[in-house]
Amino acid sequence: MHRFLGGVIYGSMKISNRATKLLFTILAPALLSMSAFGQEHPQHDDHHGEATEQHVDDHANHDDHADHHGEADQEFDAVDMIMHHIQDAHEWHLVDIPQEDGTSKPVSIPLPVILYYNGQLDVFMSSAFHHGHSPVTKGDVTYIMDHGNIYVANAQGELEYDEEHHALNDKPLDLSITKNVAAMFLSILLLVWIFGSTAKNYKKTHVPRGMAKFMEPLVLFVRDDIARPNIEGDKYKRYLPFLLTIFFFIWINNLLGLIPVLAPNVTGNIAFTFVLAAFTLLIILFSGNKAYWGHILLPPVPWWLYIIMVPVEIIGIFTKPFALMIRLFANITAGHILILSLVSLIFIFKTAWMSLMSVPFMIFMFTLELLVAALQAYIFTLLAALFIGMAVEEHHGHGEEDVI
Amino acid sequence: MTGTLAAIGVGLSVLGAGLGIGRIGGSATEAMARQPEASGKIQTAMIIAAALIEGVALFGVVASAFF
Repeated sequence: MHRFLGGVIYGSMKISNRATKLLFTILAPALLSMSAFGQEHPQHDDHHGEATEQHVDDHANHDDHADHHGEADQEFDAVDMIMHHIQDAHEWHLVDIPQEDGTSKPVSIPLPVILYYNGQLDVFMSSAFHHGHSPVTKGDVTYIMDHGNIYVANAQGELEYDEEHHALNDKPLDLSITKNVAAMFLSILLLVWIFGSTAKNYKKTHVPRGMAKFMEPLVLFVRDDIARPNIEGDKYKRYLPFLLTIFFFIWINNLLGLIPVLAPNVTGNIAFTFVLAAFTLLIILFSGNKAYWGHILLPPVPWWLYIIMVPVEIIGIFTKPFALMIRLFANITAGHILILSLVSLIFIFKTAWMSLMSVPFMIFMFTLELLVAALQAYIFTLLAALFIGMAVEEHHGHGEEDVI
Repeated sequence: MTGTLAAIGVGLSVLGAGLGIGRIGGSATEAMARQPEASGKIQTAMIIAAALIEGVALFGVVASAFF
């Protein structure tokens, strides 16, 4: 019994380790390029929910924000601070150190900026932008950073804005190592280290020692409570590497986002969750068997219902991973926004006594977020296993009650 | 007006979520009181249902607050 169990663990760990590394080398570039498009979002967030009569104020505020790092903070803008913490950036911003003259000096780790424009590939560190203040000239192209997005300067060397203060210039293909990408590399390193040492243990003995003692119940949990009940027969073994990967990848990225000063918000980036959901969709589509497609295109209902059922089923193929994407993104982002808002309360009320109320709430929210981190990873993996199970299910006899 | 409508939309989604999850919690505890040995299974089912409902509610929040 031990041997069998150990053999299964060893087997699935072996697949898991190699497949994990393989999947990561595919995941990382995919997510990297996706995050380039994910950066479109920031400017829309700034403007969308704001009413038109606030538009005048917006322009006034905008000049404040543009010189944000150079001058003293007149008003504490909670929305700006929260958005800044949630969004991706080309540098890893740590803290702002207040100087004697009232300004604050930002302390951040510069990250490589990789841009491709008109056949020209430029690689440089983001410190060249000086936190978005100075343009960078490489050859005959000048790049300007505005609100975290990089644009190509026009002939006068400036940005052109439209009415809503969005820049109209060309954008180069942005393949930079941004904060999210660097955080993903960090979580990849962590996972490879954790699972590497777990797998190494099983080369020597079937008895878990060290890291394996901690990981074995978790891996068995994914196998016995998520994969096996939902995917019938022995087919769960083919999908176990994928399920293990997304479970631990999502969990570790959720946890990374909760670290106080560093806090890279990886899973709260919709491009990241989009890619995870896209992988799930691809796996479902490519492992659907005849019974699965049969149910979708010819559901076991009276013929006159086909006109409704078939479009609904086809749309359903796409809404299920879509819901996976939105669920993970919204849960994690909402949690971060909540915690940051509680901190902002102290600065809005401008009194240290507020912290007496704010900090206990914050500690409670952080604890809840720890639970949510694990829970969302579990739910994502469970639903992925459920959908895959539905796709590979063998044809059973249909009674009146078996309308899927 | 857009800002206020967005906030109202968010509030409505949260209201729905609160009602739904409250009902789940209620039925779960009732079921556990009836049959204490099934507590583990009931708890698992409760957590899963709560997370799914929360997903839908946050879908509403995202749609109303960011669009």
